[in-house]
Amino acid sequence: MSEVLNFRFLVDGEDFTSAGQASVKVKKNLRQLGISPETIRRVSIAMYEGEINMVIHARGGVADVNVAEDYVEIVLADKGPGIKDINQAMQEGFSTAPDSVRSLGFGAGMGLPNMKRYTDYMDIQSTVGEGTTITMRVNIE
Amino acid sequence: MNTYEHSVFLDREKCNGCTTCLRHCPTEAIRIRDNHAVINEQRCIDCGECIRICPSKAKKAAYSKLDVLNNFKWCIALPAPAIYAQFDNLDEVERVNDGLLKIGFDDVFEVAAAAELVSAYTRMYLKTEGVKKPVISSACPVVMRLITLRFPSLKDNILQMLPPIEIAAMLARQKAEREHPEFKSDEIGVIFISPCPGKVSYVKNGFGDYKSRVDAVVSISDTYFKLVNEMKPTDLVENSTNFGKIGISWAKSGGECAALLNEDYLAADGIENVNRILDQIEDGNIPKLEFIELNACIGGCVGGVMTVQNPFIAKAKLQSLRKYLPVSQNTVTDGPYIPEDYFLSSFPTYKPISRLSDSMAESMRMMADIQKLREQLPGIDCGSCGAPTCRAFAEDVVRKTANINDCIIMMRDVVKEYLDTKEESNDD
Repeated sequence: MSEVLNFRFLVDGEDFTSAGQASVKVKKNLRQLGISPETIRRVSIAMYEGEINMVIHARGGVADVNVAEDYVEIVLADKGPGIKDINQAMQEGFSTAPDSVRSLGFGAGMGLPNMKRYTDYMDIQSTVGEGTTITMRVNIE
Repeated sequence: MNTYEHSVFLDREKCNGCTTCLRHCPTEAIRIRDNHAVINEQRCIDCGECIRICPSKAKKAAYSKLDVLNNFKWCIALPAPAIYAQFDNLDEVERVNDGLLKIGFDDVFEVAAAAELVSAYTRMYLKTEGVKKPVISSACPVVMRLITLRFPSLKDNILQMLPPIEIAAMLARQKAEREHPEFKSDEIGVIFISPCPGKVSYVKNGFGDYKSRVDAVVSISDTYFKLVNEMKPTDLVENSTNFGKIGISWAKSGGECAALLNEDYLAADGIENVNRILDQIEDGNIPKLEFIELNACIGGCVGGVMTVQNPFIAKAKLQSLRKYLPVSQNTVTDGPYIPEDYFLSSFPTYKPISRLSDSMAESMRMMADIQKLREQLPGIDCGSCGAPTCRAFAEDVVRKTANINDCIIMMRDVVKEYLDTKEESNDD
């Protein structure tokens, strides 16, 4: 197994308007590595949804993007409230987002389902009251 | 191999290497080398930001002078809609057509008229099943080049229709060949009067395999100065125009959208804003929309660097000119289908110009080096090394197109250390 490149981003939970910036930065790096536009698109959608989730539910966290020769891995770790029922959270349309966020057009309950749809592997580790770590992988063809 | 012919170029004599353009280039295509700006031709999208910003007027646009009319026996003017917004006391748009004939053109075919056809067909296009939404306008050539270079995944969102300039060129030539069979094909010149260098590049290079039907491009500013001498308010206007509110509004941001008679649209202008919107579309981070209009220049085409009027004043002038125009003079009559020759036939192949190396493993090693180097650099993006940011400089060093000693901030510390040790040894 060869080297893995890591890009780390602190996702600021206080500033809602900055959500989505990390995925823009990741895109630039992935382009320079010569990764295909379709793979980049899948990574940036999954990453964007994850970033928004961390801002809405967990007041931010850390996003690590690890690039290996045959995959891109996104690890989103937060110290938020945790997810009570992961199976329920994975259902399309299920959302616990507050009304203030919904009024901005977020909280449609598509975040986690979209993350799963656009990645080849997804794992959620969550403890109520402690936080959530989501690991996603997109394979590079 | 790079065969793209640009219209933005540097007048080396005038450039003093001040770094202003460096920091304003949206694609980081400029570096300062030997006290002069150097444009990376693969990255340049001919947006004209550097022309707009250069304090020494060293950045210029290459286009034909009006004497290009001598090359043809029958010259057709294709004025961009933005031309009508340039004049101080224009009461009737017809005067512009009159003036164009006086300064040497033999006929006029308004791009604003073709724009109304494109608007009508776009309304049909949006209702077609299977069209990928949001549909992105194909009108601004700078945006089209930006998408091909940086956002290739949005290719299928682009309106698969030729921009108004090309429809106008096609119809103008057909008309001339019909009405003037005495001229050979190459004796007819279709000449676009352009607000921007982006259109000049589009005409020179085409789009993918598509070759532009325009024969030459002149600037709105050159044409304007010739026209103002010829257009007398006392003259009787003999000409009539063939466009309405919809066509003339294409000159400003939001005009193309408004013609769709649909509320689900967005119009963004200014290259930085366009970049941000494209990023958001790619991330799926936009509301459900039918259509997205993007213009590289602030204000839309009236903001082009080859115009004379301030874009905001130009917009105000458009409003008063619009007032007495009919809504549109071009409706689609020939059935429910978009004519085949209106379609965008090809798309440039994606070239990953920013990739570090052809090999993924090598790219990753280089990226790791860039990250390491970045941590050592001051991070103040001063531009003195000749790169727009410390990040870009780190990349240049790793690509071996710059030397680490070019960072004057780091050099300052080296010099300081040297002087300190020298002082100490003098003290001994």
